[in-house]
Amino acid sequence: MPPDTRAAISRPTPGFAASTLAIARKDMLIELRSRSVILSALAFAVLALTIFFFAWDPTAVAPIDLAPGVLWVIFTFSGLLGLHRSFGVEQPTRAMDALLAAPVSREAIYLGKLIANLGFVILVQAVSLPAVALLYNVPVGAYVLPLAGVVLLAAIGLVAVGTLFSAMAVSTRLAELLLPLLALPFFVPVILPAAQATARLMSGRAVSEVAGYIELLAAFDIVFLVTCTLAYPYTLEQ
Amino acid sequence: MPNATPDASLSATDLVRTFGARRAVDGVSLTLAPGDCLALFGPNGAGKTTLLRLLGGLLRPTSGSAAIDGIALPGGTDVRSRVGLVSHPTMLYDALTARENIEFAARMYGLRDVQAAATAVLDRLGATSFADVRVRSLSRGMQQRVSVARAIVHGPSVLLADEPFTGLDTSGASALTAMLTELRDSGATIVIVTHNLDEALALCTVAAIMREGRFVRLDRAPIPRREEYTALYRELSVDAA
Repeated sequence: MPPDTRAAISRPTPGFAASTLAIARKDMLIELRSRSVILSALAFAVLALTIFFFAWDPTAVAPIDLAPGVLWVIFTFSGLLGLHRSFGVEQPTRAMDALLAAPVSREAIYLGKLIANLGFVILVQAVSLPAVALLYNVPVGAYVLPLAGVVLLAAIGLVAVGTLFSAMAVSTRLAELLLPLLALPFFVPVILPAAQATARLMSGRAVSEVAGYIELLAAFDIVFLVTCTLAYPYTLEQ
Repeated sequence: MPNATPDASLSATDLVRTFGARRAVDGVSLTLAPGDCLALFGPNGAGKTTLLRLLGGLLRPTSGSAAIDGIALPGGTDVRSRVGLVSHPTMLYDALTARENIEFAARMYGLRDVQAAATAVLDRLGATSFADVRVRSLSRGMQQRVSVARAIVHGPSVLLADEPFTGLDTSGASALTAMLTELRDSGATIVIVTHNLDEALALCTVAAIMREGRFVRLDRAPIPRREEYTALYRELSVDAA
């Protein structure tokens, strides 16, 4: 059979959404079994929270002034711990080669990883947020939904950037150093409005006062999601 | 175009790949028809694995071209759906079971009934008894069987295998040889990089010895007898050292 004829025989290829979800599901299953990301991120969150709590002088600093900062330090650095592992799971057996050799879009690989990472980050946030509220006696019940929205929007931006840089750093010898060095400057545009919005919400300000920050976060999410998805295939060029 | 002959399923023309100043693959040209099996021998650092990665679309050539079924590499999803890849590292997920690894691979190739496909290929490679064991608990030989099963679950028209006999015991090697023979006879094109002359010469229709990024010898069937070829291989490998 001549090659032109063989080339014309189409073979099955996975749909974009199906392969994205399969990759996300695979990463979540691996993490649920190994628990390496979740446990290290939660351990960091508890440790940081404890240190901040015992270093805090409540007579000098009001809890409402400290809690938003503590929250975002925990979110940022516990997120980095998880992101480092994101592409590391493929390293020991070079499983990424099998993924790249398969008829899967590179963008689907990135988005699959992103969804899994987002799941882990949200899980850590879901534990950290009530812990901070409890320890610093900050009642979040009245504004829990807008606060959850801010946290979710920020998580999307952080994970979008972090997943891309995790892919870039994983094959280097200094991956653990390189990831925070690359990612942290790009986290700033997300963390600043998120921390500002959190502080205002915790101070009991109206949601309308933080609408601008929420719009800014949404805009950064769109920019980071689009640019990082498009940039990911270039991190694979050899 | 890279196709030197009209019925080539895998072809390469003047492929070059450099890493800095080093030419890992240095002007390799090759044409394989459906049903061909190329056994690629050579000393360590000869460029065999790099050539395999170029043919698998995992590396871009510095110059030259390659094609599978007439579709230029590295190509898109259409060409990748035709290739199966076995490597020295298993490319498996340790925390998943053998079956979960195969089913994940089947999903990545767009197969509809992933469970049936996984069951069939595990059975074919004699891996059913440990299908539900996590890969990290399997021996190297068992992992290798699962790795091969992962690579062929979608019925590739071109199989690229880097040291596929690694870690296999006698029965595992026999099962793999039988499977590769069946695959070759069904019209698939196979490229095997190996140091295992016995298994590879029994299987191949084309044999090549690579040194310093080039083919220093290329034989098409009938391949010289095993003893003769072993002597040739030793002579050319010693020259390289």
